Amino acid sequence: MAAYKLNPDSWVDLYADYLFNYAIARVSDAEIAKDLVQETFFAGLNSAKNYKGDAAERTWLIAILKRKVIDYYRKSNSKKGKAEVRMGYNTDAESEGDWLEEQVADPFSKDGDSRMENEELGLAIEECIAKLPKKQSLVFKMKTIQGMSTEDICNELGINPSNLWVMIHRARTSLMGCMNQTWF
Amino acid sequence: MKISLEKAKQICTKSQYGEATWWELLQLNVYLFFSKECSDFSTKNKKLTSLCERAGLDTLSEDDKENMKELLKKRQ
Repeated sequence: MAAYKLNPDSWVDLYADYLFNYAIARVSDAEIAKDLVQETFFAGLNSAKNYKGDAAERTWLIAILKRKVIDYYRKSNSKKGKAEVRMGYNTDAESEGDWLEEQVADPFSKDGDSRMENEELGLAIEECIAKLPKKQSLVFKMKTIQGMSTEDICNELGINPSNLWVMIHRARTSLMGCMNQTWF
Repeated sequence: MKISLEKAKQICTKSQYGEATWWELLQLNVYLFFSKECSDFSTKNKKLTSLCERAGLDTLSEDDKENMKELLKKRQ
């Protein structure tokens, strides 16, 4: 018997933000990332009959999204004649001859490592947010990620400020518990 | 002046968004001085704030999600 089942009706609520963060870290463009997530869901629906239930729904959707990202780069690279290489040579006479050294990657830079760790962290937070009750997760995202004002959230959701703070507090307490072992 | 531990934790959460009043902050600070549990919670709460900032999370708008749901429904 299959360990997991597909439930496309809950894909958007459960995985859209997770997939979006995964995609945006790779394509650095919100619109493209959004399209890739949508295409992933469509592809998921089309190949639902091939899903054997061995992997969790999210793992399976991520595998599809990975292929979508590769396809996206393949397509943009295949636009022949449109590729253009720009290098910012330093034209300043005083620094003549230094440009080559300036182009060399810094072997001591930890930018790559920290970017990867931050991406991993982002996905871990998303994973924990997805486990929150729907309204708590919505309020937490509006306040913490979108940075909306308390008043706007209350107006939009028809709640009062004390309800909002109770929900955010519960959400944060659950998140601390969820992320405790790895990140605290 | 005396507040419950739960109330102190809620104020702590509110202060993470810079929305606690000075009176609430005063109550919280008094509590933090005497309660290790509240102080531990406060440390974790600050850490969560810094993790969220570091992760640079993005989210789709509710409208985008509704559109996605509609399109998915049509395809099913």
